Amino acid sequence: MSPLISHPHAISIVAFSADGPVTRQQFLSDAYQLAEKLPEGLHLLNLCSDRYHFSVGLAAAILSSKVSLLPPTQTLEVIRQIRQFAPDVFCLTDNKQSPEGLLRFDYPAMLKAPIDEIAVPEIDEKQQIAIVFTSGSTGIPQPHPKSWGGLVDSVRAEARRLEASESSVLIATVPPQHMYGFESTVLMAWCNSLALSHAQPFFPADICDALASVPAPRVLISSPLHLRTLLNSGLEVPELQHVMSATAPLAEEIAREIETNWNCPLTEIYGSTETGQIASRRPTRSPAWQLFPGIEWIVENSGVQASGLHIDPPVLMNDAIEPVSEDLFLLHGRMADMINIAGKRHSLSGLNHLLNSLTGVLDGAFYMPDETSDVTRLAAAVVAPDMDAETLLAALRKHLDPVFLPRPLLFVDALPRNSTGKLPHSALKALFQEHHTWTVPTNHPAFPGHFPEHPILPGVVLLDEALQRISDKHGIPPDRFEISSVKFTSPARPGDRLLFQHKTQPNGTMRFDITSGPRKIASGSISEKS
Amino acid sequence: MQDNPNSALQREVAQLMVECLNLEITADQISPDTPLYGDGLGLDSIDILEISLTISKRYGLQLRSDGADNQQIFGSLRSLCTYIAAHRTP
Repeated sequence: MSPLISHPHAISIVAFSADGPVTRQQFLSDAYQLAEKLPEGLHLLNLCSDRYHFSVGLAAAILSSKVSLLPPTQTLEVIRQIRQFAPDVFCLTDNKQSPEGLLRFDYPAMLKAPIDEIAVPEIDEKQQIAIVFTSGSTGIPQPHPKSWGGLVDSVRAEARRLEASESSVLIATVPPQHMYGFESTVLMAWCNSLALSHAQPFFPADICDALASVPAPRVLISSPLHLRTLLNSGLEVPELQHVMSATAPLAEEIAREIETNWNCPLTEIYGSTETGQIASRRPTRSPAWQLFPGIEWIVENSGVQASGLHIDPPVLMNDAIEPVSEDLFLLHGRMADMINIAGKRHSLSGLNHLLNSLTGVLDGAFYMPDETSDVTRLAAAVVAPDMDAETLLAALRKHLDPVFLPRPLLFVDALPRNSTGKLPHSALKALFQEHHTWTVPTNHPAFPGHFPEHPILPGVVLLDEALQRISDKHGIPPDRFEISSVKFTSPARPGDRLLFQHKTQPNGTMRFDITSGPRKIASGSISEKS
Repeated sequence: MQDNPNSALQREVAQLMVECLNLEITADQISPDTPLYGDGLGLDSIDILEISLTISKRYGLQLRSDGADNQQIFGSLRSLCTYIAAHRTP
């Protein structure tokens, strides 16, 4: 057994709610009040957007032996699958949004805590308190049950890597409904006598407001995306004790700028939904990650597995891991099948499976360009002659978190499959490179005269752009081309984003198409002078 | 008749969004009342954060979500521009 929260006194501060500091006594009182009111179902979807409400909901669920379900996203399709998994599931919410078809229970108003001290409940380490889901490779969410004891081990190990004291306040930009936020912002506070802030700041100014609204020492728990935006905003950041980052690797120069500008250490956390957090590093000190005490790697032909502490059975990692000593390792990016966009993970084969299961899609594939920043977008190519982009994206949106929607989405006549039907990454890459886009500059020199107040890009400029691209691709100088036919269908205006596609026809001529969204701008065919 | 100053701002912000987010549409295809999230333009929270940084720098304002209400500010091009017009520093 271990205590629900480690705060030593009834008057210890466990959180800062929207109304101010919350004592251990009030928190336990709120949790017991909510536990009495919750619907009968043994599974709940805790969608509270206020982190304090979420933590009371989680505590109330634990006290009444209910299991909190944490799906990767809340699309209609995922909610349907969650209901299939647990037909008694209901949703606890404190905001307007709640998924259709789920019994909804609103976070209630709470009474003031009684005067008599409420004892801190002891929780059985084996009690299953949560099931976290990952998006499986077949489109069905995969459940990962989490026991109280395993989670406690994990966040106690994390705390040892953090410069925090008993009065530190955790302020987080990441939601508690995903594994990183669940562990690092809620359980972390509970098990290490820290206080959590109710806020879920989003914009840089929100983050500064949330930090300023609680007393120092403050710990910011965030992701590369939010940290980079906050840094670039140039806003004055209130005094910080420590910054934590996870979900994707943070560029070393950003880590260095943060440590210099905000005058505090930055630690990155590494983990996965399946394992929880298992390692950390100070990117300004060393590129190597250090495993938490008690965690070890099992290296096998199939890959690297994590084991030890609460991880039983061992878990195969989705990242390319190179152990360099007993507890140090290097990360070399994700394995080919795992997509990570701003911390949201999805299996590439799962995405392809979904795309090909849509009515009207004859063949299709997602493509992940080489990562150049902390947010790289997916692209996709489809053979779907009777569908338009809008219909296809609407169908995908029912199943997918919007960060996985392809951009660009190319409609092609065939995918570049090889003779065995496989689709090599290099062939897909070439396909997307052939589809160049160009945004017409608003200050193009042709506009003032063509035509005053009604700027339209002259056809000759368009044609020149198209020829240049084909020339670059095939290594033929533009003056070697002969234009057999060209048709201008619709005008190109300043700011239009043009997509250039070209293809060599069986007779050796090259056909090109220029489009802007659904609009055809021009098409034509050319050949090399003999 | 004078051009509505809001529609000039809407054109400008639409253009910023297309350039900043590499959208596959043109600025004049974003109508003032199309939802920017979900079924409309299909922007997600990553886009919103990226565009907010550009807007902050261009118009000298800081976007605030006031709780969970950035869905409202980014409800449509029109509501975003109303917010910018009310908070910009000239």
